[in-house]
Order: sequence, then structure tokens, then C-alpha cells
Amino acid sequence: MLTKRIIACLDCHAGRVVKGVQFVNLRDAGDPAELAKLHAENGADEIVLLDITATHEARKTLVDTVRRTARELFVPFTVGGGIRSLDDASAVFDAGCDKITINSAAVADPSIITAIANRFGSQAVVLAIDAKRRRNSAPPDRAGAPDPTPAEVYVSGGRKPTGRDAVEWAKEVESCGAGEIMLTSMDRDGTRVGFDCELTAAIGSVVSIPVIASGGAGSAQHFADVFREGKADAALAASIFHFGIESIGQLKQQLQAAGIPMRWPL
Amino acid sequence: MITLVDYHAGNLASVRKAFEHLGCEVAITEDPERVRRARRVVVPGVGHFAATEQLSRAGLRDAVAEAIAQGANFLGICVGMQWMFRDSTEAPGLSGLGVIEGTVERFPAGAKVPHVGWNTLESLGQSRILAGVPSPSFVYYTHSYRAPVVTETVGVTEYGAPFSGVVEKGNLFGVQFHPEKSGTAGLKILENFARLAC
Repeated sequence: MLTKRIIACLDCHAGRVVKGVQFVNLRDAGDPAELAKLHAENGADEIVLLDITATHEARKTLVDTVRRTARELFVPFTVGGGIRSLDDASAVFDAGCDKITINSAAVADPSIITAIANRFGSQAVVLAIDAKRRRNSAPPDRAGAPDPTPAEVYVSGGRKPTGRDAVEWAKEVESCGAGEIMLTSMDRDGTRVGFDCELTAAIGSVVSIPVIASGGAGSAQHFADVFREGKADAALAASIFHFGIESIGQLKQQLQAAGIPMRWPL
Repeated sequence: MITLVDYHAGNLASVRKAFEHLGCEVAITEDPERVRRARRVVVPGVGHFAATEQLSRAGLRDAVAEAIAQGANFLGICVGMQWMFRDSTEAPGLSGLGVIEGTVERFPAGAKVPHVGWNTLESLGQSRILAGVPSPSFVYYTHSYRAPVVTETVGVTEYGAPFSGVVEKGNLFGVQFHPEKSGTAGLKILENFARLAC
């Protein structure tokens, strides 16, 4: 049976894994290569490394970090942050990652999705959507269809609204050749109150490519909710795994006991 | 020496890295002459079956066929495995290598496509490529088309219906999943391939 995936995310700054709240008060959480390997051994189905500096000077550091991290990692490995061109993508693929995520560059010019998919395959292109509920958005109607325009797409690390509707954008990126969607709820990110299940389900209902839910993980129940109600194919979390709040193995055992198919034991 | 055939379909770094981790020397090449003389040939692949047309255009299809005729061990990964079959409905009119009878087809209606993630692989009978791999094992898939279960099928996965996860015919092996991304089970499969006599 196809299992639901638990993805560990490493936010990297200048070659180190960091954790903060809204990108401030960054705390050092360790070496990306060591942490990635540790998470994989503990049961992470996939590793995502997001470069949150993503400045021009940091590109070389990122490629080195990717190379070091990929060396001993034998689960799917995704890299994102500041990828703006086919050349940027090629550099991190050459360094050993399996997929890239793009967000801002795809909003600016969706043809980059097609260009990278044509060269590396759709399975290698994960479209990151950072979405925020519209303030005047109607409360989700649990009984009926999902709210047709629940959220707006943001770019530039959540700083710039685009006016685009997240659900419409999801359809468009699938048609451009994206292989997966990584949906981050900006409203839930860092809050540990649970994933935005309604928004995740709304996106999942309009695309056939997998949807990875992100933002808000705080407990095993939250993962169970987003797999069931949110119909997510995968769920991603960062900080809860770094500081041992929830071990991936324990999380998977709890979800499995709750009837959700997991890759466990490994 | 593992000869990894480069036909510009996807990224070879992960496959190379996995074999190197196992202590193998790896040569990545698009030179038909080198492929012809190779003893352990790996054809990876991602994306569309039509990408394998490049193998024919570059003279690599004949080179692979000749290496196989000379007794080389062959491993096809993902689209590389699909290419071992006669053809695929993904690219009508284009022939595969045809070492295994059958047509690669899209998943049946009702299954969410693409099939992405970790699924269980169950062994069927004796296999050299799956020696020492527990059954079932979890392996990582990402694909929209799949090969039918045939007499050469030695590993099967269910998604909508059963399909070929692993095929084996003499010295020819194919895996639909990505062994380089499938944890210890995947590494064991690559190790088995690398250690086969040839």
C-alpha cells in the first residue's frame, strides 16, 4: 500500500541548520548533513533543505552544503530557496539532490517550471505555494464545497502578496509540469496549532499531483488530521523534529496505530 | 566498473553516488563504444518514455544490445526498466529494447496518477537481484506508467492493481522504483547487481 510521507525540513542559513520564529531569533540547530542523515535513520521518508539566505554570495555555500548532505542520504532529497533559473537548478541537481522547489521564480515566469521539468522530469519539480487566507475570506463551509477562493499566494519568503488565488495557481502549475505541490499555510506556520486542512483539501481536490502540507505541525493528531481531512499525500515539519518534541519514529507508530499507512518499521 | 548510460534524461548524480557509496567505480558515458565494451550497464531514466528515443538516435540502443549479447549484466531503472519492454502506450510507435514481452501502460482509471512515494514491494519466487531483500520492503516510486506482471516479474507492487516492481531475465534486471532513493533495501539491490559475476 502506498504510504503517507513524513518529510523533515531543514532551514539552512550560511551552511547551518537554523530555527527561529518568522526568520528572526535564529537558533543554531546543527549541521545539515548530520541532521539529514539522523532524520533519515529515524524514519523521515524524505528530506527538504531550504536555503533561507538565498543571496547571490550564498549560492556556492548552498551547493557545497547540498553535496555534503546528499553524500550519505538514500531517501529523496529536495532543495529549495532562491532557485531562479535552469542553471540554478542544474547546480543543485549536479550536487546530488533529487528535486528542487521553486516559488517566486515560478510566479514571475511559469515557463521555468516547464524548462526544469523538460530537462530533469516533472518528478523533480516541487512547486512551493506559500498561501495566506484572505482576511475577509468566509469561514470554511464544512458541510459543502470548499471555499472557492480561500487563500492568496505570497512570494519572497512570505513578504510579497501576488493577488493570485492559491487554488487557481495550483491548477496552473500542474499544467506547466510541476510534479508535486508543497503548500505552506502562512497563517499556521510556526504556530503548532495544526495544519490548514481545509486549504490543503481544496488544493488537493483540483490537482492530481501529490500535495505536501506544511505549516502548523505540533502533534501526531495534527498529522492524522491533515492526512484524513486534508487528504494530504505528505506532511512536512521542521522544528518539532530538531528539538526532540516529537521523534519521527514515535510519530509514525502513533499514526500507524491510528490506521494511517506509514513506512514503518523501515 | 559500473557504466551509467547518459542520454540526457534526468539527473545521474544520485545513482552514481549510491554505487560509489557501495565502493563501486562508476563511469558516466554517452559514448556507444564504451557502452558496447561495458560489463555492467545501467540505464536510468525519468519522465517520458519518448526520452528513450535519444538512446536510438545516439547509437546507444545498439550499443546496449551488443553489450547484452556479449554477456554484460544490465540494470534498467524507472523509464530504463520500461524501455526493456516491447513498447509503451505513453509513446505509441516507439519501440523499447524488447527483451521482455509486453506493453507498458498508464495506471488504470481510479488510481491517482502519478504514483509517488514509498510503497511495498513483495518478492515472487527466486531472484538474484532481490537476494537478501526482505519481503515486503518499502521502496520509493515516482511514475505514471507501469509494466504489467509478466513471467519475468520477480517483485510486485500494488497500486490500483499489481504491477511489475522488479523484472529479471538471465543477466537482465529492471526496477521501476528508485533503488538509489529507497534506503537500505534499495542499496542492497544495487549491491546485488554490482556483485553479480559477469
